[in-house]
Amino acid sequence: MKTITKLYIGLGILAVLTPLGLLIPDHFKAGTAWGEWGVDEIKELVGYVPKKLEKLSELWKAPLPDYAFKGWEEKGMAHLSFAYIVSAVVGICIIAAITMLIGKLLAKREN
Amino acid sequence: MHIPDGYLGPATSGFFYAVMLPVWIFASRIVKKALKAKQVPLLGIGAAFSFVIMMFNVPIPGGTTGHAVGGVLVAILLGPWAACIAVTVALVIQALLFGDGGVTAIGANCFNMAFVLVFAGYYAYRLMTVKTPINSNWRAIAAGIAAYIGINIAAFCAGLEFGMQPLFHRTVTGQALYCPYGLKISVPAMMGEHLLVFGWVEAIVTALVIKYLQKQDPALLEVMKEAQS
Repeated sequence: MKTITKLYIGLGILAVLTPLGLLIPDHFKAGTAWGEWGVDEIKELVGYVPKKLEKLSELWKAPLPDYAFKGWEEKGMAHLSFAYIVSAVVGICIIAAITMLIGKLLAKREN
Repeated sequence: MHIPDGYLGPATSGFFYAVMLPVWIFASRIVKKALKAKQVPLLGIGAAFSFVIMMFNVPIPGGTTGHAVGGVLVAILLGPWAACIAVTVALVIQALLFGDGGVTAIGANCFNMAFVLVFAGYYAYRLMTVKTPINSNWRAIAAGIAAYIGINIAAFCAGLEFGMQPLFHRTVTGQALYCPYGLKISVPAMMGEHLLVFGWVEAIVTALVIKYLQKQDPALLEVMKEAQS
């Protein structure tokens, strides 16, 4: 089998395994990454919400916020894991496609 | 290490966009010269790998989480400029589609993870493997060490960027406007967790993939010899 094919399969396996990146931190009660807290968490940590931070944090509404579907936040780990895998597959496809498009536009034709 | 919107003031956000713009232009010029058509699929896979490996959050029990980036691995296979483009695409999509990392912080996040991490790791690897045969175990180990170095220098930069904000932006009453933590907290926090935990994750992932590719397709590890002087 060609290496590229094997690497694609590897990416697929990784995509299916991504919920581990959700479930293991949950199991060990590990919270948000340092410096990536939401407004509520900041309030808890420092006692107030920095004014401009509060305003700017609303700036962008991502379609799949935190690799989940909107409104699914309270649905539990099984749902979140499913959304996480979907996000991984969507992300892999879009990122690979865009990068290869850029690569194709730039790369030398010969060889 | 994905700085969200609101943590950096406009000066910092703007500064890093301004730094990255020429880097991106230069990267596309170099890639235009060095990247071969047959390497394009690998570039796509590299970007996708970097994206998906960042989804594997690793916990510090009772504490924070973090993850590998995979940028040094891509740089070893395709050169640092191509890796810069690959990780940039991953970071931009993470910000726009998943809200992971701020839109205003794309410049800073790309500086840390697509530029500093990639180049520091790549040159560390090159220095450690000048005369190393392609199939040597040392290559995989050196790749791991290089990845550890790369992600930790990137974490240091992120710590500086976070920690500088209270110096620049405060209300008259002393409340922070953006990131509330200063350098004395942000730098040790970012460095500590990456030196102790996440750096090792990056090192192991990188070393394992290089080890696998040495067996599977050693030619991939030679590619950059001709493309990079």
